[in-house]
Amino acid sequence: MTAREKILPVLTILAALLALWYAAAVFLNAPFERDTAARAGTTITFSEILPRTMAQARPVLPAPHQVLAELWDTTINKPVTSKRSLVYHAWITLSATLVGFGLGTLLGITLAVGTVHNRAMDRSLMPWIIASQTIPILAIAPMIIVVLNAIGISGLLPKALISTYLSFFPIAVGMVKGLRSPEQIQLDLMRTYNASSSQLFWKLRWPASMPYLFTSLKVAVAIALVGAIVGELPTGAVAGLGARLLAGSYYGQTVQIWSALFMAAGLAAVLVLIVGAAHSAVLRRMGARP
Amino acid sequence: MNAILPAILFWLFAWALNAWLVRRTPASKTWDRVIRLVVPVLFGVSLLVLWEGFVRGFAVPAVLLPPPSMIWTRLISSLPTLWADFRQTFLKSVLTGYIAGCGLGFLVAIAIDRSPFLQKGLLPLGNFVSALPVVGIAPIMVMWLGFDWPSKVAVVVIMTFFPMLVNTVTGLASASSMEKDLMQTYAASWFQTLVKLRLPAAWPFIFNALKINSTLALIGAIVAEFFGTPIVGMGFRISTEVGRMNVDMVWAEIAVAALAGSVFYGVVALVERVVTFWHPSVRGGRA
Repeated sequence: MTAREKILPVLTILAALLALWYAAAVFLNAPFERDTAARAGTTITFSEILPRTMAQARPVLPAPHQVLAELWDTTINKPVTSKRSLVYHAWITLSATLVGFGLGTLLGITLAVGTVHNRAMDRSLMPWIIASQTIPILAIAPMIIVVLNAIGISGLLPKALISTYLSFFPIAVGMVKGLRSPEQIQLDLMRTYNASSSQLFWKLRWPASMPYLFTSLKVAVAIALVGAIVGELPTGAVAGLGARLLAGSYYGQTVQIWSALFMAAGLAAVLVLIVGAAHSAVLRRMGARP
Repeated sequence: MNAILPAILFWLFAWALNAWLVRRTPASKTWDRVIRLVVPVLFGVSLLVLWEGFVRGFAVPAVLLPPPSMIWTRLISSLPTLWADFRQTFLKSVLTGYIAGCGLGFLVAIAIDRSPFLQKGLLPLGNFVSALPVVGIAPIMVMWLGFDWPSKVAVVVIMTFFPMLVNTVTGLASASSMEKDLMQTYAASWFQTLVKLRLPAAWPFIFNALKINSTLALIGAIVAEFFGTPIVGMGFRISTEVGRMNVDMVWAEIAVAALAGSVFYGVVALVERVVTFWHPSVRGGRA
């Protein structure tokens, strides 16, 4: 399949979505214009409404170009250190995400290694790891933040811990699967070499688990970002993408909400792309053919 | 300090017992099943005992971390409130949104089944959206649809739609060409092939999405309540009781949410076992 065959359908769908968005913006914003006109005692024709629905200050649904203009304004035109710069807020969220993601990766791998090597741990821990994810952890997020605040830990770490909790699970599950992926015949071969258990781990199990690890990492990094954003919501944090969302919803600044959403989406895409690039780089070094 | 030592002793004892239990190879199947059940339960109980012991032993203030016994008394004493919250959040928002979102994803997947062009366009987008922090849509939905449950339903629908769509499309494509050829030699119509071959082959994928969505739906509804809600609901209760420092009530609510989430997941998993009885991971043996 050529690149053109791949991209054309996606672009078509995107164009359709964009058209749909503009139509919805006109439809949703028109009542406001009619109300204003009625209050002023004039009638307003559709051709007059159309351009105005694209340029309201607080539209029900901002038009795409308004969101893009806001994004441009808050990322390029503002200095990075300014509190009105979206880059500044994105960095706050990103740093919490990365710390949480790092901790989650460590925790997940540790748990997986323990689970593979200790039968008691496997039987007793695994059901609880799975059960832990049916708990809506995001509901506990405010708890964690308030409690940690009370004992003097605030700022980055509480948010990062929520990201950790969310991201360790896919990694633990994926790594258990990966570390167990070597086949019996390979394990037997290692035994005929008289390999010690640490050699068995580093030369067979660890390399074999890499594809599983990176697949899990992709899921984990996206979910860590969600954790960091939601961690900013309940306590009324002053900075970060989540705080932008909350402030936007309090003051009815829809354009601000949408631009924060787009920033978050872009951040997620970049993070997943980076992990994907690392994935193919590692696999190539290990001698896999694309 | 006097409560810590017994707690640690109990934990060590439980761990030793577990380590001993997993090494048994019981002759009868029933015993094997009992052991498989007892080991994780014992582990969970020992964690609770450890929690209780540490909180009491170090005299951790209840504002920070209440002991499990205190949460339990609170849970029992405020059942009516918890039930009202459960009804608002789970029965109204989560279930409605879950059914609507999964159903919609499924139907759209069937609808675009005959158009490879739409599939090629929608699949990468669906995969991309699945990685996005969709929860962020919550404030917009609350703004559009008001504070009551419809806005939460909308958030849940949007969150559950894309995983379902992507998984169903992948699942429908999972029947091998050999099997499809066989259906063709039977002169089976598109609809017959769908119902008799491709849907059954897609069930494992669809149930995977249903399981992912069961936790996503609960998260979506609770988080949406942080942005505005009538004075009832699990997310509302959690955020207000945190503000009033009634931490035991918060933990009681969390316990209810955990229970609801686990039961929800368990029911989906159970239905999966019944529907996909032929799949290797259900049939037993090494998956």
